[in-house]
Amino acid sequence: MVHAFLIHTLRAPNTEDTGLCRVLYSCVFGAEKSPDDPRPHGAERDRLLRKEQILAVARQVESMCRLQQQASGRPPMDLQPQSSDEQVPLHEAPRGAFRLAAENPFQEPRTVVWLGVLSLGFALVLDAHENLLLAEGTLRLLARLLLDHLRLLAPGTNLLLRADRIEGILTRFLPHGQLLFLNDQFVQGLEKEFSAAWPR
Amino acid sequence: MRSRKLTGAAEAAERFRSSCASGGGGGGAMFSAGAESLLHQAREIQDEELKKFCSRISKLLQAEDLGPDTLDSLQRLFLIISATKYSRRLEKTCVDLLQATLGLPACPEQLQVLCTAILREMSPSDSLSLAWDHTQNSRQLSLVASVLLAQGDRNEEVRAVGQGVLRALESRQPEGPSLRHLLPVMAKVVVLSPGILQEDQATLLSKRLVDWLRYASLQQGLPHSGSFFSTPRARQPGPITEVDGAVATDFFTVLSTGHRFTEDQWLNVQAFSMLRAWLLHSGPEGPGTLDTDDRSEQEGSTLSVISATSSSAGRLLPPRERLREVAFEYCQRLIEQSNRRALRKGDSDLQKACLVEAVLVLDVLCRQDPTFLYRSLSCLKALHGRVRGDPASVRVLLPLALFFLSHGEAAAVDSEAVYQHLFTRIPAEQFHSPLLAFEFIQFCRDNLHLFGGHLSTLRLSFPNLFKFLAWNSPPLTSEFVALLPALVDAGTALEMLHALLDLPCLTAVLDLQLRSSPAPSERPLWDTSLRAPSCLEAFRDPQFQGLFQYLLRPKASGTTERLAPLHQLLQPMAGCARVVQCAEAVPTLLQAFFSAVTQVADGALINQLALLLLGRSDSLYPAPGYAARVHSVLSSQFPALCTLKPSLVVELARDLLEFLGSVNGLCSRASLVTSVVWAVGEYLSVTYDRRCTVEQINKFFEALEALLFEVTQCRPSAALPRCPPQVVTALMTTLTKLASRSQDLIPRASLLLSKMRTLAQSSATSSTHSKEGAEAIRTRATELLTLLKMPSVAQFVLTPSTEVCSPRYHRDANTALPLALRTVSRLVEREAGLLPG
Repeated sequence: MVHAFLIHTLRAPNTEDTGLCRVLYSCVFGAEKSPDDPRPHGAERDRLLRKEQILAVARQVESMCRLQQQASGRPPMDLQPQSSDEQVPLHEAPRGAFRLAAENPFQEPRTVVWLGVLSLGFALVLDAHENLLLAEGTLRLLARLLLDHLRLLAPGTNLLLRADRIEGILTRFLPHGQLLFLNDQFVQGLEKEFSAAWPR
Repeated sequence: MRSRKLTGAAEAAERFRSSCASGGGGGGAMFSAGAESLLHQAREIQDEELKKFCSRISKLLQAEDLGPDTLDSLQRLFLIISATKYSRRLEKTCVDLLQATLGLPACPEQLQVLCTAILREMSPSDSLSLAWDHTQNSRQLSLVASVLLAQGDRNEEVRAVGQGVLRALESRQPEGPSLRHLLPVMAKVVVLSPGILQEDQATLLSKRLVDWLRYASLQQGLPHSGSFFSTPRARQPGPITEVDGAVATDFFTVLSTGHRFTEDQWLNVQAFSMLRAWLLHSGPEGPGTLDTDDRSEQEGSTLSVISATSSSAGRLLPPRERLREVAFEYCQRLIEQSNRRALRKGDSDLQKACLVEAVLVLDVLCRQDPTFLYRSLSCLKALHGRVRGDPASVRVLLPLALFFLSHGEAAAVDSEAVYQHLFTRIPAEQFHSPLLAFEFIQFCRDNLHLFGGHLSTLRLSFPNLFKFLAWNSPPLTSEFVALLPALVDAGTALEMLHALLDLPCLTAVLDLQLRSSPAPSERPLWDTSLRAPSCLEAFRDPQFQGLFQYLLRPKASGTTERLAPLHQLLQPMAGCARVVQCAEAVPTLLQAFFSAVTQVADGALINQLALLLLGRSDSLYPAPGYAARVHSVLSSQFPALCTLKPSLVVELARDLLEFLGSVNGLCSRASLVTSVVWAVGEYLSVTYDRRCTVEQINKFFEALEALLFEVTQCRPSAALPRCPPQVVTALMTTLTKLASRSQDLIPRASLLLSKMRTLAQSSATSSTHSKEGAEAIRTRATELLTLLKMPSVAQFVLTPSTEVCSPRYHRDANTALPLALRTVSRLVEREAGLLPG
């Protein structure tokens, strides 16, 4: 199963971009068991920890993506779409996977699968021994849906204020973090259902 | 106030939206600038302002206003809460209203998911009063569950949710909650809290899974089925088809397709998606069997033997065995369906993922019930034959190899061919695929315990495995640090150390290999900005074929080649980013290698490792900063090898003398030279090896004396870096130590030391060394000179006997050591006090 899904910023490689890596959206599917902490404000500390965990993943994805971009010599302008109508070639987008050891940062060992699209990073944090090929396909599907339905490439749209659409997509295509074996027709059916609930 | 825009009135919101739009533009800037300012605004909102904003939301929700204003405000509230890692305090009324709105029957989905997301983002929260309520529809229940499962199980929420879903499973009424939204909740509950289900509950779930997996309808769904989306055109439902368009030949699976799907077809998809996790959970070794009663297990195993011969008997099996039987049939069918030519790209991808899953499920089944083994084997052998030649199906080879690793022996199948193909062909051809690389190495790392007799296949394949590493070093370095102890073997250790040192060179050669092969993908996999025509020419030059082929060998060859000519040839590629990344990973890998190899190395191997280490120190690929980083590891490893085997110094005396006599550009290898010099001083002694002779000591003394002379005479220049003072002090100390062991040398050593002291004081040297460096040299020379004045004390202090290590020597004031230390320090202090300035 998927433990978490996140979208974050990617800074352009080889440039003097000094901004920080920002998590733009994250969803944890079923929290890890909270430690038995009798001290006051346990819940707040717990939430803080979860946020830090997600940020730690985002930072690692960002650096993995940057290293891969540098290694393949992609110029930073690759981060800019030529025009908003153009389809982003998701099959060629930088992507990868890495392992997170137990307790670092999650209690359980996890695998992260990521995809870099323009200046956005998409990542799934998986339980160990998930079907990576399915996870990779699901991540690509989610990225495609989000780009299409949130019109992320059109100027002036901001995913920060469109969390409902992201949630609507996730509840259908990744319900409670369950990776689904969806064939093309199932995807189309779900997408129609989503479009009916969220007209563009 | 900037922040007012985020929470303020509608006009302000409009202004805010347009400010986002203008902040955007296109691509990269859009997210960094627009998002950055919004996130800042969200974080800067003060409690007071948030309170006002919440009361506005509360009013909207109280009035059950479910329109665009509410949607807009909730979107903002979500951002305000999720943008910060610190908890935001919301009014209890507001939280209650969010929970109530979530349950409103008329509430549009947009608002429902936002209320859920806000409550989930606040989690864990003490002010939550949500509960599982059966009057709600299953979509709402699913949302409630996501909030409850986010609480961290502080109040047994996971159990409560699990029991809630089970009650829904039990009620088989068609008008009951649609299970399509609830089954994934169950899957999550089982992962979060294994063992939460009672035996009868697990049985119930198994039974339902069997129904959904095996008996989903073979007709397409009607337009009104399941979803609230509908079109006016009602169509006659047609039959379900296969991915190639043919009418379905057998039961429904995830690879069956149509235009519209029925509820049970949706459940079929979800049931298969959670099947492997559930089988593992409910299997014999799973936590679900803690309270199994023995009798049913026995019955089950007898029956499953019968079922092995006749699958129609399957219907009589107990639920858990029946589920395995159905899972087996489902996987068989998926494997058959994957052979069809898919009409759509998406379906073709799904076929590969299904094959992976089917093989993994069969592996679980065979582990739980070996009778499945004989039924799976022929099918999986055929599958291997089918996919081994298809580059698009390469990812299926790993689960197949896992299957043969786990069961090959039990099934008496010779699976060596499977591994040979996997380890020989795949890394060499697919090293550039980042996900395959990760999965391949993870496969090796996670299944080491299964390799058994095939471990040698794995170990001998290290040159091929290193291709993954050389190309994808950032994500794989830590994997290899974990894998190296299993790969290191006394027989191949030397070859592996060479290979590790040549790893950046391998990266460059792999790059050339990709460039010169006919490109398989539309987009080149290498850095196109880098042009190195001379390297490409060299790669094709028959004269160097042998060396390139050696570097690209798939298996350990048992020989080593000197690759120095390649380092020269490939110099133009040394600065490319991938090579540099790999070069940065090597020191970490070397550390891991040495800590593993010292566990298995005997005396002879340690000698060879030490020699290799000295020999390779000036033969490294010229990637920027590479030599310096490698030297720092080697110089810490050399003394470590000596500590393991002190007689190394005596045995390798000739080679060490040669090394010390031929150090060109000493300063670039200063750290390694220092540790060799230290090791000579420490271990060239009869205490460690009876074979140590006076002649040997004298020879080393002469060699080091010459080296010291060379070091102190060389003037710093632009070409040569400064020689660190540590080299000089190490040389002086070792010379003194040697003199104390062969006392005829004492006059020569004293003369040398006093020269050094004078030299350090004179202004000429202060340009060679920094002021602190010169001071350190002067102090050390003075101390050593003083020591040498009392030869017996010097010998005692500089070559302490092994007894000195015993605690008695340090505790008892009347034993020799404290006495000697006191004498020495008095001597040293007095001499130092007599010195001018």
